[in-house]
Amino acid sequence: MAEPLSKAALRVRQLRKAYQDVVAVDGLDLEVRAGECFGLLGPNGAGKTTTIEICEGLTRADAGEVEVLGLRWDAHASELRQRLGIQLQETQLAEKLTVWETLRLFRSFYHQGPETAEVIALVQLEEKQKSRVGNLSGGQKQRLALACALVGDPDLLFLDEPTTGLDPQARRQLWELIERFQEAGRTIVLTTHYMDEAERLCDRVAIMDHGKTIALGTPRELIASIGVEHLVEFSSDGAAGSVDTGALGRIDGVREVRRENGSVQMQVTELHRAVPALLEELGRQGVPLTELRTHSATLEDVFVALTGRHLRDE
Amino acid sequence: MSEAAAVSGTRARPRARHPLAQLTGTRFREFLREPEALFWGFAFPILLAIGLGIAFRNRPPDVLKIAAVTPELARSLAREKLLAVEELPAAAGAAELRTGKVVLLAEPGPGGTVTYRYDDTNPDGRTARRLADDAVQRAAGRADPVGARDELLREPGSRYIDFLVPGLLGMGLMGNGIWLTGFPIVDARRKKLLKRLVATPMPRPYYLLSFLLFRLSLLGVEVGLLLGAGVFLFGVPVRGRFLDFAAICVLGSLAFNALGLLIASRARTIEAASGLMNLTMMPMWVLSGVFFSSQRFPDAVQPLVRALPLTATIDALRMNMLQGATLLQAAPQLAVMGAWLGLSFTLALKLFRWR
Repeated sequence: MAEPLSKAALRVRQLRKAYQDVVAVDGLDLEVRAGECFGLLGPNGAGKTTTIEICEGLTRADAGEVEVLGLRWDAHASELRQRLGIQLQETQLAEKLTVWETLRLFRSFYHQGPETAEVIALVQLEEKQKSRVGNLSGGQKQRLALACALVGDPDLLFLDEPTTGLDPQARRQLWELIERFQEAGRTIVLTTHYMDEAERLCDRVAIMDHGKTIALGTPRELIASIGVEHLVEFSSDGAAGSVDTGALGRIDGVREVRRENGSVQMQVTELHRAVPALLEELGRQGVPLTELRTHSATLEDVFVALTGRHLRDE
Repeated sequence: MSEAAAVSGTRARPRARHPLAQLTGTRFREFLREPEALFWGFAFPILLAIGLGIAFRNRPPDVLKIAAVTPELARSLAREKLLAVEELPAAAGAAELRTGKVVLLAEPGPGGTVTYRYDDTNPDGRTARRLADDAVQRAAGRADPVGARDELLREPGSRYIDFLVPGLLGMGLMGNGIWLTGFPIVDARRKKLLKRLVATPMPRPYYLLSFLLFRLSLLGVEVGLLLGAGVFLFGVPVRGRFLDFAAICVLGSLAFNALGLLIASRARTIEAASGLMNLTMMPMWVLSGVFFSSQRFPDAVQPLVRALPLTATIDALRMNMLQGATLLQAAPQLAVMGAWLGLSFTLALKLFRWR
């Protein structure tokens, strides 16, 4: 690592945590640089939340070291609490309080930070500031939760699944708020199982599976690492089983061909050459084409390439 | 971005925003915005006091309805003011007796005797039998060898309502102390709000202290309303020093707050907490003498009954209000309350789960 250790906003070494028989975190190493947005991406049960809650000082690790902003939880808990902004998964704030009252309460715990009105403006809840929390929509509640994490003017912001369960518009709105915070030069650590969220927000991503990091890098690096730029998928009305996949694999620029649920998936490096050749080959084999889709490789494909499973597999 | 820049603007915290003040204010807001809690905590005990006060108010002694078969008997019996006599044929009288419309039927028997028909397991029947026989004997010329004079006692302090109001005060202290401490804590834990709060720099003792301050400031209102209703509507006396009365209420409230805290220290669901609360309160509703004297339970269980915090609270309140006892005289009760407070609070702090 070229960066000196003191510049790290978060350092995790050989972290381990087991619940009863399940090993949630299994020898994890992480290093988050000051000023970056770092994403922990992985399916449910990968150990993301356990990891982030250990870093937040809410869960005790079985083994390993955690250093947050150069400080340790056992020695500097009260200073760390003042300097961190935390948003937990699934917190329900008091329903009977208004937006304003909730933020004023949270603000009172911190020595410094913006005025309540400023935080409300920051998360665009001005019109709702007198509404009770119970009357807010899902997206508004999530923005309020973000505001509660921002009232202490944090040096490091932890967001655990910030947009889970939100509709697309509410997600985009929340992303914009997070990006704004990022542009102000703050450090963010977030967990997500949405690859598009990680691609859009994160400078660097650690892909987690079974309590370990299985890949680390910028989204671009990670996608490039699987050596595939595009994916082509087609189906042929029940006839996909009769396709000669061997012949497809010999097409220029096609790297791998797989059958999946009655359709055929191909990893392709040069889309503009592979697609015409594919159509020609299918015509030669007499296979009727009912659906043809192409998309650029994503972090989802990285996860599939590394584990053979999808991120959202339940 | 101007809003983003605002995040970095830092200001010192004004004094009015002390976290303890904010947390205590939150307790009040959540309570006042819960109409059900307001009803059960404030209005219900007063309605109960009024209802029971009316039901058990001092009335002139009941007049017992009886029937007589002959006009002579009816005339003799009518001299007793506590009996209302009806003259009926034997068959109709028997029918009224069976259906409970009269409690006794007087018939002439063979050889100038009188026969009383009544149910001897019914106290009213037995009373009517004695009153009727006295009336008949006196009408026949019986002279009582010893003269007797009645002096009637209907003073405030010895009526049911006087007994009831301290009982309801104690019951209110228990119910509100346990519910209004236990329920919000378990609810916050269930919603992961407790975990969210400990992720902030909030000093944890402030959170618990805010419940104490909330309860103590509410105490004056809830005790005042019920006591006021008792004093002004029914003339319930407060014979002891008012300061002593207040001290008993504060100590009782603290003991039940601590008990509520203990119940809420680990429960994760409202169902679990409700079960524990009912399990705690139900025996005390029955045993601690809210509606009738706890002395009625057998001697063998008296030590247990007296060790309950509600028994101690109610006994201390009754001693103060009805007998004008000093705190020193109520020392055994206060010691029981103090012990519950100390034990519950210590245990609750040891067991308390913040997430």
